Amino acid sequence: MSAGPNLIAYGTITRREVVRILRIWMQTLLPSAITMTLYFVIFGRMVGSRIGEIVPGVGYIDYIVPGLIMMAVITNSYGNISSSFFGAKFGRHVEEMLASPMPSWVILTGYVTGAVLRGLIVAAIVLVISLFFTRIHLYHPWITLSTVLLTAIVFALAGFVNAVYAKKFDDIALVPTFVLTPLTYLGGVFYSVNQLGTPWREISQANPILYMVNAFRYGLLGISDISMTVAYAVMIGFAAALATIGLTLLNRGIGLRS
Amino acid sequence: MTTIPALDVVELKKTYANGVEALKGITLRVEPGDFFALLGPNGAGKSTLIGILSSLVNATSGDAKIFGVSIRQQRSAAMRLIGLVPQEINFNMFEKPFDICVNQAGFYGIPRAEAGVRAEKYLKQLALWDKAFGIARAMSGGMKRRLMIARAMMSEPKLLILDEPTAGVDIEIRRSMWKFISGINAAGTTVILTTHYLEEAEQLCRNIAIIDKGRLIENTGMKSLLSKLDVETFVLDLAQPQAVLPEVAGVRFTRIDEVTLEAEMSREHDLNSMFAALTTRGIAVRSMRNKANRLEELFVRLVETGTTDAAKVAA
Repeated sequence: MSAGPNLIAYGTITRREVVRILRIWMQTLLPSAITMTLYFVIFGRMVGSRIGEIVPGVGYIDYIVPGLIMMAVITNSYGNISSSFFGAKFGRHVEEMLASPMPSWVILTGYVTGAVLRGLIVAAIVLVISLFFTRIHLYHPWITLSTVLLTAIVFALAGFVNAVYAKKFDDIALVPTFVLTPLTYLGGVFYSVNQLGTPWREISQANPILYMVNAFRYGLLGISDISMTVAYAVMIGFAAALATIGLTLLNRGIGLRS
Repeated sequence: MTTIPALDVVELKKTYANGVEALKGITLRVEPGDFFALLGPNGAGKSTLIGILSSLVNATSGDAKIFGVSIRQQRSAAMRLIGLVPQEINFNMFEKPFDICVNQAGFYGIPRAEAGVRAEKYLKQLALWDKAFGIARAMSGGMKRRLMIARAMMSEPKLLILDEPTAGVDIEIRRSMWKFISGINAAGTTVILTTHYLEEAEQLCRNIAIIDKGRLIENTGMKSLLSKLDVETFVLDLAQPQAVLPEVAGVRFTRIDEVTLEAEMSREHDLNSMFAALTTRGIAVRSMRNKANRLEELFVRLVETGTTDAAKVAA
């Protein structure tokens, strides 16, 4: 198969995903807008005004904005691919793709692109909402953009792996509830890990979301608890490992072919 | 000069994880342009074979070539040659039929503009154009089956595999589907059909394979197979009720009800002698029809005994 047909196939999956996201926008785009508005009102305005500056020169609401945007990116990129791909498995229309000439990497990149786009759309929505509560600075545009992109890719791939192994809808709800949400809350969204004592600071450093939130915060505010080199190594490492797992699952047909 | 077969299956085996041996070494050849029936009782292995050919099931061993292209060595190239109409409805119920067809073409690398033209062509040919922009879920069962045929045609495959395409479809729609598929075959597409409507297979197909318990038990021409059937059964509608079963040499009568009899006889036995014998006994026959589809009779005997010899039944 030459590059042309693969590109058309990739575009077809991506377009189908985007159409789906926009068709059911009340399920895909609206919830994050409402949830994040509540976070800004409660944690930013009501609680944040009493906390004051968490880092010298940075107000609490400014401090939590990057983390809240990342929280939206993580849950949406993960949720998009896990529900869409598992839905295709459940409704058996995944067979349309498995019985086609498309190579596995085209299927994977098409679905990941759809999930990343949802993550980026929601990130833009949350960013716009945040402007009603604070002023956003952009200290390092490329770090900001690359971090949000890498984070969306990592969690899209993780959602894909979850969808491949899932046998029922409960299986795709378990990970966000019992893994993603706790890791996000403990990933330095609302506080600096430097405020934690031993051993909690060291334990927090095992949480990959900590690196993503801090890299994004560095891009927007120019402050971070961790080194950017380590943050990029973690994000690229996770993306590469999960992409390898996803491709292997597709090539072997695990959870997809009998 | 030897032609490359449309399908060349060699020693294909499939054992599922639970230990079930669905295919125990199938070897099969389908010539280009053929209209081929693949029959077998439920659980015989037909859908597993089709699943392997369409890369939805991983074979345990053996190989299959589509127009000389190995499904195991060159999966993408082989899939490009196949169109599949599966047994179960497997499109996204929340999408529009037009989008389902256009997306399918996209998966095969067909540009969107060309895909739109093809979608219109095949949806019109299958009388679905007026439903093209509604939600697929709202369509009737027959429409959904026709949509799967239109979808399979989007890549204009050289080999079209139809796994029970007319299951649960009323006779009128079934006939329109036969007409469409026959047209596709006449235009050069090789067609493999599995069906439980044996009348369908007898009418449409030129060659036939019968699978049972994962093994091929028959693979021959339709005419050749049907010629093996030596017994035919007729249903006789009598003018008056008949209390006692008549006894006629070479014919075995069974009673359906007071005015209906079944007469099973050798194909070599002529009907005139049976009617003469009935007339002598004062039995008038008002009308007569062939009871069963001939292929159905052969199929049942083949599956029950596993040999074609069993088809020869002494009258």
